[in-house]
Amino acid sequence: MNKEIVNVNNLLKKFGDFVAVDNINFSVKKGEIFAFLGPNGAGKSTTIKIMTTLSKANGGSVEINGFDVLKDKKKVRESIGVIFQDPTLDEDLTAYENLYYHSILYGISKAKRKKKIEDLLNYVGLLDRKNDFVKNFSGGMKRRVEIARGLLHDPKLLFLDEPTLGLDVQTRTFLWNHIKKVNKEKKITVFFTSHNLDEAEKIATKVAIIDHGRILIIGTSEEIKKKTKTKSLEKAFLKLTGYDIRVDKADGVDRMRRFRR
Amino acid sequence: MDSALYVMWHRQIKEYFRNKQRLIVSLVQPLLFLIAFGFGLGNSFQSSGNFNYIQYLLPGIVGMTIMMSSTMGGMSLIWDKKFGFLKETLVAPVSRINLLFGRCLGNATTSVFQGLIVLFLGYFMGFRIFNWSMFPLIILCMFFIALLFNLLGTSLAAKFDDMQSFPSIMNFLMMPMMFLSGAFFSTNNFPKVLQFIVKINPFDYCVSLLRFVISGIETNLLLDFMVVGILILLLGFLGTRLFNRMEV
Repeated sequence: MNKEIVNVNNLLKKFGDFVAVDNINFSVKKGEIFAFLGPNGAGKSTTIKIMTTLSKANGGSVEINGFDVLKDKKKVRESIGVIFQDPTLDEDLTAYENLYYHSILYGISKAKRKKKIEDLLNYVGLLDRKNDFVKNFSGGMKRRVEIARGLLHDPKLLFLDEPTLGLDVQTRTFLWNHIKKVNKEKKITVFFTSHNLDEAEKIATKVAIIDHGRILIIGTSEEIKKKTKTKSLEKAFLKLTGYDIRVDKADGVDRMRRFRR
Repeated sequence: MDSALYVMWHRQIKEYFRNKQRLIVSLVQPLLFLIAFGFGLGNSFQSSGNFNYIQYLLPGIVGMTIMMSSTMGGMSLIWDKKFGFLKETLVAPVSRINLLFGRCLGNATTSVFQGLIVLFLGYFMGFRIFNWSMFPLIILCMFFIALLFNLLGTSLAAKFDDMQSFPSIMNFLMMPMMFLSGAFFSTNNFPKVLQFIVKINPFDYCVSLLRFVISGIETNLLLDFMVVGILILLLGFLGTRLFNRMEV
């Protein structure tokens, strides 16, 4: 049970002279709900990109489910489900079609496809909307489709990059309960980032706080609060990372995406 | 069939036929060229001799239609980059080369469809396919040309990602290729410098290839095929390289 599903060793990523991820080390045990927290520009998304094989590191190694992200890309990709910060659905397709193409890409057999897709759409409460175009969905519904899609191929590890950003309280509650359920019932390890520290504190079984490309602390919420002598994870977070407001670079694409959301 | 190849091919075709507006708009431009050149230039050609201009012109318009729709096929990659779907495919356990080729083959299929529509419209203007037994070869040639320009458009789209500037860059590339070729008129009377440009213009070889299979007008078939084939290989390599390096 206590085996590690993620192993990150001396991971280094540079963009020119800027060191985005500075020799970090951490591991995630099977069955954990792992919160990866940090201010904007701390290196969270960069780390996730490397862990999900979308970006190459400049040094160190990452093992996911026992496979190296550089040498065994395919095995790593089969082991993970990813819900990115920005929506990645094809809006000109229906919910069902989005999941259908996904099932082919992940090699789910023809016989199982339809049932699996419908089961999962039902699981996120969208079965009656399966033939509607995604472009007509609200932000929360899109997220639910993405969660269904991310679970379709039975991943061992689910990545969620700020899954509740911009969603209303109802949808957020629904999502977190769902993530807990997935973790418990399907035995899927969860790795997520969030800026909502209260939510993270409630749901995470393990927390890592990263800033300026370095991991500042790692442990359960209780341990972190004890170590920093604070009453909440948010207070601990602010004590560790300071009160300065970070400048996050946003290019045209980012602005457009936000607009679209 | 490889899953990525199939998914991308299927999706590109599905979305093309689903978008009725785009489908109609994509046919207006070739129709306009057909009318303007066919009736306009055609009449002045006809009065000067017994040369059948529409037989000459139509393969050029078909080529233009295929080149334009194919190069613009790169736009869908930029669209997918911006709106995220590209990430979903890149994180899937499939190879990028198949994602690239599936996309290009799907777009190429829709381009061939557009080319066939133009061919059909030509019949109303007196055009006739010179030999129906060549029909499979016509489709094949259209397909190769469509693949060539899809690889060009998609490779460039892997490199650039500005939604606004991409169409202008593509037009900047395509306009000279179109007009400095034998697509609409013979280039035999061009000045020496321009004739040289025609010689190094890949689109000119595509047009003469189409002109042979569609209208039976003689050409250096081997050379045309070689130019198209070599360019597909080169752009295939380039596209794969750029696709592999793409970070999202």
